[in-house]
Amino acid sequence: MSTQPTTPVGTGSDRARLAALFREFIDPEYVIEDRETQRVYECDGLSMYCEEPMLVVLPDTIDQAQRVMKICHQYGVPVVARGAGTGLCAGAMPHPDGVVLSMAKFTRILDIDPVARTARLEPGVRNLSISEAAAPFGLYYAPDPSSQIACTIGGNVAENSGGVHCLKYGLTVHNVLRIEILTVEGERVTIGSEALDSAGFDLLALLNGSEGLLGITTEVTVKLLPAPEKAQVVMAAFDSVEDAGNAVSAVISNGIIPGGLEMMDSVAISAAEDFCQAGYPKEANALLLCELDGSVAEVEEQIDTVDRLFRQLKATSTRVSASEAERLLMWKGRKAAFPAVGRVSPDYYCMDGTIPRSQLAHVLVEIEKMSRHYGLRVANVFHAGDGNLHPLILFDANVPGEFEKSEEFGGKILELCVAVGGCITGEHGVGVEKIRQMAVQFDDRELKQFHAVKAAFDPGGTLNPGKGVPMLKHCQEYRSLNPDLEPNDQPVVSNAHDRPAARSSHQAGRP
Amino acid sequence: MSDISQQLTEQISDARASGTALAIVGRNSKTFYGRGIVGDALHVGEHRGIVDYQPAELVLTVRAGTPLEEIEQTLDEQGQRLAFDPPHFRGASIGGTLACNQSGPSRPWMGSVRDMVLGLRLINGKGEHLRFGGQVMKNVAGYDVSRLQAGAMGCLGVITEISFKVLPGPAASHTVILGGEDPGAAVSIMNRLSARPLPLTGACWLAERGVGRLYLRFEGARNAVHSAVEQLQQEFPESESMRADDNFWHRLREHELDFFDTEETLWRFSVGAARDLLPDVPEDEWLIDWGGAQRWLRGSAYSLDELNASLPVGAGEVSAFRRGDREGEVFPELAAPVKALHTRLKEAFDPDRLLNRGRLYSWL
Repeated sequence: MSTQPTTPVGTGSDRARLAALFREFIDPEYVIEDRETQRVYECDGLSMYCEEPMLVVLPDTIDQAQRVMKICHQYGVPVVARGAGTGLCAGAMPHPDGVVLSMAKFTRILDIDPVARTARLEPGVRNLSISEAAAPFGLYYAPDPSSQIACTIGGNVAENSGGVHCLKYGLTVHNVLRIEILTVEGERVTIGSEALDSAGFDLLALLNGSEGLLGITTEVTVKLLPAPEKAQVVMAAFDSVEDAGNAVSAVISNGIIPGGLEMMDSVAISAAEDFCQAGYPKEANALLLCELDGSVAEVEEQIDTVDRLFRQLKATSTRVSASEAERLLMWKGRKAAFPAVGRVSPDYYCMDGTIPRSQLAHVLVEIEKMSRHYGLRVANVFHAGDGNLHPLILFDANVPGEFEKSEEFGGKILELCVAVGGCITGEHGVGVEKIRQMAVQFDDRELKQFHAVKAAFDPGGTLNPGKGVPMLKHCQEYRSLNPDLEPNDQPVVSNAHDRPAARSSHQAGRP
Repeated sequence: MSDISQQLTEQISDARASGTALAIVGRNSKTFYGRGIVGDALHVGEHRGIVDYQPAELVLTVRAGTPLEEIEQTLDEQGQRLAFDPPHFRGASIGGTLACNQSGPSRPWMGSVRDMVLGLRLINGKGEHLRFGGQVMKNVAGYDVSRLQAGAMGCLGVITEISFKVLPGPAASHTVILGGEDPGAAVSIMNRLSARPLPLTGACWLAERGVGRLYLRFEGARNAVHSAVEQLQQEFPESESMRADDNFWHRLREHELDFFDTEETLWRFSVGAARDLLPDVPEDEWLIDWGGAQRWLRGSAYSLDELNASLPVGAGEVSAFRRGDREGEVFPELAAPVKALHTRLKEAFDPDRLLNRGRLYSWL
């Protein structure tokens, strides 16, 4: 099924030729060649990384998308798929010699089956609109990334998106039953079914989180869950993150799995409180928001237990939401933490490492040391239940060299996460942003195995090239610049470029 | 309690040098499953022991040959459990459980063995001992090679170590039995209840002495279970509670119920939970588990291809779980492009086709 591409296409007049080919079957207005219109496609939510694509196309039908893929395959043109562009790892950053295949027009919810509790979706359906469509049946879609108002299910599959409810309800991979893809050759393939499992290799697991490197998602079937009868939040303030961390462990050791369990440090608390007056105690050094959900009886029982545990474990104050309005207000501060931090700093850079929860206090102390070393402030928000840390490095892109410094600082945080037994990304993906740190988490043989997986789907390497998995020679270079890192195997020579230099931008990273 | 990964790596390297096919043997609990194969035995059962367990982190790391029994005992001491409640089939190891993707009756509500995997170590067909995923709840760096091993039947490598998410055990458990329902009505009730916020963790229908019985298990916080059972009893006044000492769910999980006591082929239907049953099959030849999503059918007169052809496109699939022709295919035929991807992934992990050649499919 894989014929190798023959005639290479470059830029310039090739762009015009390719555009003409696409315009034979796509509304000419949606084959975008001019730089001005292309500008909105030059980056995703991590706007520090930009690139101008050769072409942008927005097909209306899967047949059209299929023809785009076939033509690109024929000429060996790189293809970068794009959803809403809310990603935070430059995974949707265009390739300079490639086509951006926008799935933005595929916004139909094809079917909600309230009996089987599934939803069949086009890839451009927004995450939140799935739950909205399911709500009349008492159902919802569980994964809820912060960007859920805008992000699409196709992008969620590509990144294996999480959210604040992951510990209890899982990531995208746990909630997807079936995916239809276009292969690099332009073949339509269905992976999975209505059933909970299928014989053979678990290609569904492989595709979730594959960052557009293995195929283009054209349809997704997800599971819907019954909406909990009740949800209630306990908010607790602590004098130290260590105390807050101990309180989190105690909740879990008591056999309670909260629907959401979030922590903020003092910088984040102040910024969020100033931004939306959620009633957070600004004098606290750590704040926990613990949401319990389930049947009315279950929530009432667990709220009491959690409130008591927090008070026993050095909480300086606790508050239980007394109404739905109060619960939403408590969450409002947390959910707005990123834009809130955006008000106290011209720019910020959001990191995404995971750590074993027991390492939290140690990691935050180390981050504080680095913060002083680099002279850059940090606000920390933390999915405490599942160990996913989001340090926000505050910087000013107008100060020459400050973004580069933030980037280096961020890289050090990720290395620290790996050193304490965690990993470089919990939910944002690798993309371009973290590709160098892949060499810290994986050795060369493991990276080679990833490349072999990629080659099984995309032998010519034209699906989202330069993302996700680094070329081994670049790993060698990166490790040699960081003598603390583990030595590695012999490099494999490759002339592909991995990672364009980041360009500083006046835009802040958006959550 | 020993680490024999070095020895396993050498054995695979030697086999590669001599071109010898290897048949991976764990604790011999699922030799009935998959296709019968030929190859030198590669024994991994001695690679066992708990490597790390942090109850407050909800993470357990174990060597692949560790018996489930040992793991469950360790977890139980901390009030925790493997939420996927895997069948032991007399002594199963955790590695074989993952390789065969085996999960018990709570699977639709609590997740599968595949869902709970956080990371693993694996020796590929080139004799390279590799590590993927991690020991944290979330890790999206690199392709999900860890979950890819679920159901791969050892064809992509020898699993040596696995990290799992574990969960607290339930404070309360109560099973309600509805008598007299036919299987179609039972499937409908299962789906209706699954759509409500109830702490359901088991839903199974079978015919006992000619009478249909629907078992519904509720587990979780005491108040939650109590109120769910009350609701059920109001809706179905004829329902009865299962005796606390009845080990129905255990016998179901272990295939020890009378239904499974047969010499006939046992077919496994993995289908959409709300799908209709096949017409023309006697009701008592069915056992319906997983709230409708996993159905067992007894009978040696059926063929794999015919059963699969009888399902609507996209509804799911049928495999030959026990007995029947183990030399022919036992899993459903794959669509041509999916089959091609399988061949290429096998090539990517095990280029010489040394590991469990033919166990999953004759051509793999």
